[in-house]
Amino acid sequence: MNLYETYTVFIPGDSAAVALGANLVAEALLQEANKRCIDIRLIRNGSRGMIWAEPLLEIQTSAGRLAFACTNPEILVELLDTGIFERELDMSVAERIHPSCLGFTEDIPWLKNQNRQTFSRCGIINPLCLDDYQTLGGLSSLKNALEQQPNDIIDAIAASGLRGRGGAAFPAGIKWKTVAECSSPCKYIVCNADEGDSGTYADRLIMEGDPFLLIESMAIAGYATGANKGYIYLRSEYPLARQILDQAIRIAQQKNLLGDSILGSEFNFDIQLFVGAGAYICGEETSLLQSLEGKRGEVRSKPPLPAQEGLFGQPTLIHNVISLCSVPAALVSSGQHYAALGINRSLGTLPFQLSGNIKYAGLVELAFGHSLRYLLDQFGQGTLSGKPLRAVQIGGPLGAYLPDRMLDTNLDYEEFIAIGAGIGHGGIVVFDDTVNLQVQARYAFQFCVEESCGKCTPCRIGAKRGLDNLSTSNDLVLVEALCEVMESGSLCAMGGMTPIPVRSAIHYFPEDFTPTELVS
Amino acid sequence: MGTPPSTSSEHVSLSIDGKTITTKKGSSIMRAAMSAGISIPKLCATDSLDAFGSCRLCLVEINGQKGTPASCTTPVTANMVVSTQSDHLTKIRKGVMELYISEHPLECVSCPAKSDCELEDMADLLGVKESRFINEETQRPDHYADQKKDESNPYFTFNADMCIVCSRCVRACDEIQGTFALTISNRGIESGVSNASINFFESDCVSCGACVQACPTAALVEKSVIKLGIPQKTVQTTCAYCGVGCTLDAQLSDSNETQIIRMLPAKSGAANHGHACVKGRFAWGYAHHKDRILKPMIRKHIDDAWDTVGWDEAIDYAAQQFSSIQINQGHQAVGAITSSRCTNEEIWVMQKFVRAALHNNNVDTCARVCHSPTGYGLKQTFGTSAGTQNFDSVSHADVILLIGANPTDAHPVFASQMKRRLRAGAQLIVIDPRKIDLVRTPHISATYHLGLKPGTNVAIMNALAHVIVNENLLDTSFIQKRCDSQAFMKWQEFIANPNHSPEFAENITSVNAENIRGAARLYAAAENSAIYYGLGVTEHSQGSTMVMALANLAMATGNIGRAGVGVNPLRGQNNVQGSCDMGSFPHELPGYRDVTDDAIRASFEHDWLIKMEKQPGYRIPNMMDAACAGQFSGLYIQGEDIAQSDPNTQHIEAALSAMQCVIVQDLFLNETARFAHVFLPGTSFLEKDGTFTNAERRLGRVRPIMPPQTGKQEWQVTQAFATALGYPMHYESSAQIMEEIARLTPTFSRVSHSNLDNHGSVQWPCNNNSPQGTQIMHEQTFTRGLGQFVITEYQPTQEKTTRKFPLILTTGRILSQYNVGAQTRRTENIQWMAEDVLEIHESDALPRGIRDGDWVEVSSRKGSTSLHAKLSDRVNPGVIYTTFHHPESGTNVITTELSDWATSCPEYKVTAVEVVPANHLSPWQLKRQLKSRTLD
Ligand SMILES: Cc1cc2nc3c(=O)[nH]c(=O)nc-3n(C[C@H](O)[C@H](O)[C@H](O)COP(=O)(O)O)c2cc1C
Ligand code: SF4
Ligand code: SF4
Ligand code: SF4
Ligand code: SF4
Ligand code: FES
Repeated sequence: MNLYETYTVFIPGDSAAVALGANLVAEALLQEANKRCIDIRLIRNGSRGMIWAEPLLEIQTSAGRLAFACTNPEILVELLDTGIFERELDMSVAERIHPSCLGFTEDIPWLKNQNRQTFSRCGIINPLCLDDYQTLGGLSSLKNALEQQPNDIIDAIAASGLRGRGGAAFPAGIKWKTVAECSSPCKYIVCNADEGDSGTYADRLIMEGDPFLLIESMAIAGYATGANKGYIYLRSEYPLARQILDQAIRIAQQKNLLGDSILGSEFNFDIQLFVGAGAYICGEETSLLQSLEGKRGEVRSKPPLPAQEGLFGQPTLIHNVISLCSVPAALVSSGQHYAALGINRSLGTLPFQLSGNIKYAGLVELAFGHSLRYLLDQFGQGTLSGKPLRAVQIGGPLGAYLPDRMLDTNLDYEEFIAIGAGIGHGGIVVFDDTVNLQVQARYAFQFCVEESCGKCTPCRIGAKRGLDNLSTSNDLVLVEALCEVMESGSLCAMGGMTPIPVRSAIHYFPEDFTPTELVS
Repeated sequence: MGTPPSTSSEHVSLSIDGKTITTKKGSSIMRAAMSAGISIPKLCATDSLDAFGSCRLCLVEINGQKGTPASCTTPVTANMVVSTQSDHLTKIRKGVMELYISEHPLECVSCPAKSDCELEDMADLLGVKESRFINEETQRPDHYADQKKDESNPYFTFNADMCIVCSRCVRACDEIQGTFALTISNRGIESGVSNASINFFESDCVSCGACVQACPTAALVEKSVIKLGIPQKTVQTTCAYCGVGCTLDAQLSDSNETQIIRMLPAKSGAANHGHACVKGRFAWGYAHHKDRILKPMIRKHIDDAWDTVGWDEAIDYAAQQFSSIQINQGHQAVGAITSSRCTNEEIWVMQKFVRAALHNNNVDTCARVCHSPTGYGLKQTFGTSAGTQNFDSVSHADVILLIGANPTDAHPVFASQMKRRLRAGAQLIVIDPRKIDLVRTPHISATYHLGLKPGTNVAIMNALAHVIVNENLLDTSFIQKRCDSQAFMKWQEFIANPNHSPEFAENITSVNAENIRGAARLYAAAENSAIYYGLGVTEHSQGSTMVMALANLAMATGNIGRAGVGVNPLRGQNNVQGSCDMGSFPHELPGYRDVTDDAIRASFEHDWLIKMEKQPGYRIPNMMDAACAGQFSGLYIQGEDIAQSDPNTQHIEAALSAMQCVIVQDLFLNETARFAHVFLPGTSFLEKDGTFTNAERRLGRVRPIMPPQTGKQEWQVTQAFATALGYPMHYESSAQIMEEIARLTPTFSRVSHSNLDNHGSVQWPCNNNSPQGTQIMHEQTFTRGLGQFVITEYQPTQEKTTRKFPLILTTGRILSQYNVGAQTRRTENIQWMAEDVLEIHESDALPRGIRDGDWVEVSSRKGSTSLHAKLSDRVNPGVIYTTFHHPESGTNVITTELSDWATSCPEYKVTAVEVVPANHLSPWQLKRQLKSRTLD
């Protein structure tokens, strides 16, 4: 479908693209076009997730969008010099126009081989254009939902097999049901957009690239569970996402997508954006709720579950951005479509985020069930340095370090748990053979020392003692004793999972822990 | 028990370590285990605070559940199977303990908390003596290095080195006290207790001590414990400061049994549930203050120096003076004033002294100056001169209407309970000229603050009632069933009149009419609405009218006779209720019975073997007037400083100076003692043996920690005086006096010291109808039968602002000081308020050229005094405010002698004044200074 007319140019306004120079390219384009009297329309879309190709520039042709990778102002001038806007383009010519050209975006294998359910619109549309959003299927899910019984929606979510994408992979259906069954007149939907895991950016990408999706999804969740108020708890380091969400919420309010009697129904729902406190621990759900209540971001013990007594003591459905944004996809054909993707109890798709020492970094949305090796080979295609891959950390800073021999594990929540690892939020960081795992283990403790909320003893003191130990005596027996206390004793997964990177580093890479190998 | 009790009425059974245990639903596993005698290690849990789950010592295993959940935060469920012991658990618990010790070495021998430290106890219990995790270089976290001990609070210290970051102090400050002064700052290993200021003293802390009590280590500890060691023996008594009447455990030194080391509020205290305020917990040092007079003194003339004499001589002298006055001027020429600071037993003996030994009814009480309108107003409408509820009732209120009271300062422990309820969602309406703390305080914000002009209470109350009547928000079934219908119809007609409309009231009170409507609707609509009020209601020329207006409102909306509702006076002094109950009135015998009633008099005459005067006696203002007129010449004043606390000081001073024999019984040479001829040293509450009755009608035992330092209990002195006047009394103990009280007062017939000792405190009425006492009054019917609506016409006070006196002065008190401050000024509490200051709004100060901190003169039609000004937006323009804790301020030099029409309660809360910049003391202050200098 050709949503946009010819001579429309797309340069992402996404923060990653901007960090790589997208704004310079956009400015140069406007200047040059003006100078050359070319009438073009520039759209600052979201990112398609090909971080390796940013700033990606796309030109709308009658046959589709042509993509140009890693552009900069010089390349842009070269491109214009080719007279690209003065002739009718066709595929065969296009490819010879400029070396940066990747051909038609839709045909790029890196994108084509993905299974985009949640990210289907991201990078294609103007994020703040509600019409574009609707043209590509947006709002149909909410409209549909408002005509159904809340229970039917919850059943569909359960049937889809959707699980929480924030890390713990808890079945969404059960959580929705718990909240829906609470009788309180005041319930909340809270979106956890604190995305703190190093090497993850799926939440940001979708909030910047398709913000109405989040709004629509939260409204559906509100309708299904009986909540009339939503909060988005946004990581403080995401100023652009903040701007975009702010505007999107305002537009949604104007267009009656939020507010009283949304879309002509009898359902009221509104969303407030809240900028976080800038602490990793505020991504932990109970700590997030504390912070949202204006208190110190400190973990609360469970029970009570947030679903029963969450924000301000009221039943609260708290979900990660991706979990929520997957709702419209999960609701297609009452969950059947989504449930048909994936394997075992890991159904649907997950946006994996490749980063670190990797050639093709970016967001890859795939159905569960492929092996980690497939993901790395097909999409990452080796280390950026060209040196051999030595370790992969999967699941964020509290995830395991795996050696090459473990890469055949299938991307399935339970399979990863079985090897003492986890998929978490889908962040995957690749290291070449220059990595030292003793240093990484130390870093795991260091991270916990810095990010622990300090409430419970095992994590508050244990992490520091672990760091002390690895930095001085490297006594692995004591480190294991500490790991045991932290794992079993900690109140939340921060302290409870810090042993995962530590133990996996020691287990899979013992050679780095021998006294002669110690790096200071 | 580790965690607070569950309030559920359902029970569940579970198995812990193989034992089947049945417990309340909602209990924690920890509580269930402990109640069955299974102990689980713990550090962060304590039953006064909600479970928190931070120390991780209490982990257990549950069949079918992953991991090791904390037993303090995990509620029991039916058929749960729990084990509290396993190798794995021991390993984790020891590991946790070793982590603590890696940071907090067990240097217990030199620690002030030794043998009172839960960390040490747990280390012993787990058999952990040292830590594998100690690392020489990194033993102490860096942040401790620059944190010095915080010694700024006069009563306790904070030492971060000893802190295990369990947050008990933070939670105590939040949950129990409600001040939110503490927080944990920083994250992770850097976490530490912080008061968001340079030290405790400068912070928001109000020094209630809840955090100190909650601290499991010596990080927060009383200075007295550091100095004197851990106490071993406990005597339970009742606080002698305010009308909350907290039960306190006086903890005594091992070596010296009269040496108090600390006061801990008792968890069993029904009024305070383990909490206290800075006064009760810490400010008891005055009992040993050097200013205390321990020997009787006499003098012929008030300009003479005092002669210290023996008890017999002092009493003989007093008796001889009183006899001669009665012989020369008639038997009405003498009288006595009882004290709300004294025990019921002491007061009983005082009023009996007047009736039996002086043969008149010239007995009055200082309650006259505070809550006499309460007695009058509630008696007229409900039939009993007392508040309707117990304190715990507030936990069931949905809307709280707070009028003319400032509980966070004056009734701090009850304020904490009220704040807890407000944080849990109850709504608050404040009617007060001043923006008191509760209007906006952490996690609380009043739905309405009606900041009315002082003196216009009745107008606003009528407007609230008007809205309720005109919008038909009445509880008609309650009114039909419980109230006198004729009186109601009359009242309804009266109140519906448009000149009680909010719009009309707006002109009088300056309160926006819409806010009046909103507040009325809120009060009327709630399931349970409760009224709490203080001296801002009573100390007005329409004090009694106002109390009745409150009662009308409660009846009209059916807010009487169950938990969560009612009309509740917040009594100022610890035993105001008792002093009234005990018949310290010229017109009423104990139990509020009319002295002119022959049958009632007969019951006393029969017991006391006397003939009693039928004619009511003098009230305090009458005594003063009669003295000035030369008809009243002898006054025996127990524990009361009328020269400082009564209004229009000059008039009082003139009256006292005119008398032939003024007898003052007190701890200190107070202001009134400047006019006394006999000084009888009194006892502090640490020496007293008897009972106090708090604002919820609760009788609590006051037990002696030490024998009277003067050698005599105060009732023994009164008894000797009576005997010397020819009416011998023979009490051998305070318990015997209580027997007589019970015998002669129907509402007290089942009260006795032994009952109180065995069953704890009790709320009167306590008689054969309600042997366990009465928590909530008027449940089925009113004491007087049908509730009586009373017409409450608003009358503006005669005290009017004019061009000459354009501002209204109103008065109050602050937390750290107590009333005229005789006690609190003689403790470290003085650090919180060195002087009384004048709060004035910027828009009144600036045109007068007054800046913050300036010395200003306040003058009324009666007199003037000088104070420092404090610019504040707590008061509205046109209103100024001060406290009356320091005698040198002479606040009552300016207040007038206008008073409540029904009870003569003085109008302290409204005085028209002018304020000008000053550079000198007022004439009265100069005179006083001169006089005290010559005396010293
Ligand atoms: C230390 C810690 C950090 C976390 N950070 C995040 C985060 O940044 N974003 C997120 O969505 N979930 C985070 N979580 C997971 C949340 O606690 C919670 O599981 C999630 O918000 C639930 O949403 P979901 O069911 O959609 O996954 C974190 C958990 C822990 C223990
Ligand atoms: S494990 Fe760490 S982050 Fe989690 S509650 Fe304990 S101290 Fe806080
Ligand atoms: S003394 Fe009371 S107010 Fe002060 S910090 Fe401790 S608990 Fe809070
Ligand atoms: S001061 Fe005491 S109560 Fe407060 S955190 Fe430290 S050890 Fe716990
Ligand atoms: S002064 Fe009042 S609140 Fe404070 S401890 Fe004493 S009785 Fe309790
Ligand atoms: S007592 Fe349960 S965690 Fe501290």
